[in-house]
Amino acid sequence: MTDQKRHELAALALRVREHIVRLSTDGGCFTGASLSCADLLVYLYADCLNVRPDNLTDPTRDYLFLSKGHDVPALYGTFVELGFLDKDRLAQHLSTDDHIYWHPNRHVPGVEFHSGSLGHLPSVALGVALDCRMRSQDNKVIVITGDGELNEGTVWESLLVASAHKVNNLTLVVDRNHFQANVATEDLIPLEPLAPKFEAFGCEVRRIDGHDFAQLEEAFSALPFSDTKPSVIICDTVRGRGLPSIEARADRWFCNFSADEVAELLRELHSQEATTLTSETLTVR
Amino acid sequence: MLRLRGRQMSMTSIELRKLKRMTYEELIKETALADERLVVMTAENRALIRNLPAVLGPRFIDTGITEQTLIGAAAGLALRGRIPVVHALATFLTLRAFEFIRTDVGIGQLPVKLSGFVPGFLSDGNGPTHQAIEDVSLMRGIPGMTVFAPADEADMLAMLPAIWASPAPAYVRINTRPATYEHAPFEMGKAEIVAAGTDVTILTYGMLFEQTLVARELLQAQGKSVGLVNLRSLKPIDEAALLDVVRRGSLIVTVEDHFITGGLYSILAEVLLRNQLTARVLPLALEERWYRPGRLSAVLEYEGFTGQHIARRIAAALGESGAAIAAGPTVLENQFAE
Repeated sequence: MTDQKRHELAALALRVREHIVRLSTDGGCFTGASLSCADLLVYLYADCLNVRPDNLTDPTRDYLFLSKGHDVPALYGTFVELGFLDKDRLAQHLSTDDHIYWHPNRHVPGVEFHSGSLGHLPSVALGVALDCRMRSQDNKVIVITGDGELNEGTVWESLLVASAHKVNNLTLVVDRNHFQANVATEDLIPLEPLAPKFEAFGCEVRRIDGHDFAQLEEAFSALPFSDTKPSVIICDTVRGRGLPSIEARADRWFCNFSADEVAELLRELHSQEATTLTSETLTVR
Repeated sequence: MLRLRGRQMSMTSIELRKLKRMTYEELIKETALADERLVVMTAENRALIRNLPAVLGPRFIDTGITEQTLIGAAAGLALRGRIPVVHALATFLTLRAFEFIRTDVGIGQLPVKLSGFVPGFLSDGNGPTHQAIEDVSLMRGIPGMTVFAPADEADMLAMLPAIWASPAPAYVRINTRPATYEHAPFEMGKAEIVAAGTDVTILTYGMLFEQTLVARELLQAQGKSVGLVNLRSLKPIDEAALLDVVRRGSLIVTVEDHFITGGLYSILAEVLLRNQLTARVLPLALEERWYRPGRLSAVLEYEGFTGQHIARRIAAALGESGAAIAAGPTVLENQFAE
């Protein structure tokens, strides 16, 4: 990946994180869970998937299913930045005049299917992948789950079936931010070693840093990993990424900040990103 | 053997074969070959569709014993424009996968067609784990879901083309028992009025239609005027047909292999209340318990749902002994199939 592209993606992700922070007030949202997958969603929509505002009904488009639906602020932020969604609609967050609430729904262009109940969309994505294959189309079908979501048996059931049917156009991506709602995953229902679990279910697995655009590109460009197996990409991420004051905190899953706190967090976000970008900025210039 | 009158038929196997235009499997095959949107799915419940894999190739999808994944994948296929006809035992389909039906198919308003095998008394010897006797209640509680319970195989084959052609999600209590009655053509949302009566009207759906037909004959033989309605569709419900019966003013008997909560008795109560009416109603249903497992004839006998038992329970409600009511024909047993 070129430094310029990495730079552009980082700038885009910063704007998406601004949307997430701004949605974290007046009722709040799942801030921590959204910040962990912002880089992943930005990379996928901006640089990887064949899905754009003008091809949302094209049956040959790529599909992304957000099974971990509570990180929808990251999705909607990405959609605003890429022209899927009118920015003014974010101002209707939690208003009954619109459909911008804590989980995705198809009133928002670009959302392929509603979610919220965990463990559902791996099977829905499997159905879509089966149909793409039946029609000899090579769409990518991506489903993003949380790591806490892996507690749900239906995730594993779906992989068992996908594996049995050799559905290699299905890719399950785990936003491995190491926390479920209230506690660290390893303190409640330990998931590690995680990659061998997916391998044992018949999947081809890669594990990457989900905040590193170059690693995201390398992994997603290699899809499908196998001619006969579903692919799994475990993205190690940090809950609350971009805001050190809330990073990796069990109590920053859902946040409802005051207006003053939001202003302070936006300052923190910008100072943080400036630091992160310095070395790359110097390289590019 | 009881003497049968009117459009009712004697149950010789030769005549039944003549009546049976095709099987469930042949109907799916014919429909799927004419419409490539139709895909057949199953959670390893193949009893009625064993020959379809060879015919449909990739449009036959067996997910194994995974009712939840089955429904989620059906929703995904429907998102892509398919019409999945989905098979599993009725109890696991409606209970194990309930949230997937409600959340993926229901919220999505997707045209997924649920075929529930061995519903109600048809799971005879399996025991309470397999008894789908709250399925009507559960399925009709999902917004936009339609619910059907054919009286027998001929009735079902008459109903399915319209059910599959509708854009609505649908749940069907699969019933392949041979017909003992020549049914009228099916019209979506309409009940089949078998007979009008002035002393009592029986309302029923599904496999118990056969026994209510017998009960009616037995009561008519005692000089009673007995109406009989085969509901066919529980949702949408034929409210006009129910109100017609209510307005006759005589005893109404609801007969169903379902818990008393949420099924036909509840539906009738809702219709009455909505129309500010009341009626004298005898509900014959399962009250607060699962039924005693056994061969089908034994179950119907034990639980009081043979034609003779139904007739006697109705006679008692009319204030008569019913002692003179004869036995009906032998109940045709189920063959084990999964």
